[in-house]
Amino acid sequence: MDKTYKKGISPESPDAKKPGGKIHKKKKLTEAPRHIAQAVWTAVTNSYIAGFLKGRIYQGDLKKNCVPGMNCYSCPGALGSCPIGAMQAVVGSSGFKFSIYAVGFLTLIGALIGRFVCGWLCPFGLFQDLLHKIPFPKKIKTFRGDKLLRLLKYVIFAVFVILLPMFLTNDFGNGSPYFCKLICPVGTAMAGIPLLILNESMRALAGFLFRWKLAILIITITLSILIYRPFCKYICPLGAVYSLFNRISVFKYRLDETKCVGCGACSCVCKMNDDPTKNCNDLECIRCGLCKKACPTDAITYGFVSGVVKAGKSKLVEPIKPDKPADA
Amino acid sequence: MKPKVNLSKILLTSAGPLLCIIGAAAVIFGYYRGEAAVVLSKAVMVCLECIGIG
Repeated sequence: MDKTYKKGISPESPDAKKPGGKIHKKKKLTEAPRHIAQAVWTAVTNSYIAGFLKGRIYQGDLKKNCVPGMNCYSCPGALGSCPIGAMQAVVGSSGFKFSIYAVGFLTLIGALIGRFVCGWLCPFGLFQDLLHKIPFPKKIKTFRGDKLLRLLKYVIFAVFVILLPMFLTNDFGNGSPYFCKLICPVGTAMAGIPLLILNESMRALAGFLFRWKLAILIITITLSILIYRPFCKYICPLGAVYSLFNRISVFKYRLDETKCVGCGACSCVCKMNDDPTKNCNDLECIRCGLCKKACPTDAITYGFVSGVVKAGKSKLVEPIKPDKPADA
Repeated sequence: MKPKVNLSKILLTSAGPLLCIIGAAAVIFGYYRGEAAVVLSKAVMVCLECIGIG
């Protein structure tokens, strides 16, 4: 949905002037390109059509490879594996107690693009984005305890993805994927519901656990209409891992302080409630690019390490400031 | 006037590429250690826990 930002200092105000004095017009903010990219990626990574037709899953060799986003490997169309599911499978197996493979994958993707995955490559992110477009009289931007609640995803990662599968094992030394089993609404939405619709024998097996997970999914859907991406903000262990790489990833955002006029347009449009002028690679930034589009002076840029920083503007080398003011 | 080199910024900038290399090496090592086979064996079966009937 196209819209223009309204809050903060207007780009037409005298404060929102470029150093050269040119006043910038309001910008149209469209998220269509991002949603198209999300949809294309979701379609490509879930393109096993026979699965949807016959109510079964893909069983080929590609499944040993992980995909970057939350994409349940039991989705009838899934060609790859969810990294969180893969990690729990290895950690919970009797042969291995640590997954170098999954941790390496998360490190590689995180260090390369950070939470760009959340904004552009996650099927469940797209699902929540679309849900939040459903009109509702009073959308919730933030609430008391919002920042504290965002720490929950790190706890969930440590407890349900690592510790429980590692230590709560059966007599054979195998642990369950506790996050998938008890919490993950992605599996219910992408795999549970389609498979139960398509497969009669599975329908007969659905019991308390399915109803529990269905309840979590319904709560997630309801909250997604009211709050932007509640699962990503508070629950997602994958987002928790990628967030730790945001500041150091090869692909990152940059703020040119010489161009920034402090109009606040970037923080006004940020749906994750970040302030790019304080930290444009914040833990919560999903790199949707709205702040860049909203900036009236093009002070926010993004790109890979060697591709964006222009000579003379790099923050790697800071000029020495004079000891005394020039007017002394 | 000589520019002052900002070491912390250099470390922040070089950490990304370095971790990419370490991550890629870990993926390859884990793959040949047999972890990919474990992932495959789990992923080719319908994960009953994931869909909520396990």
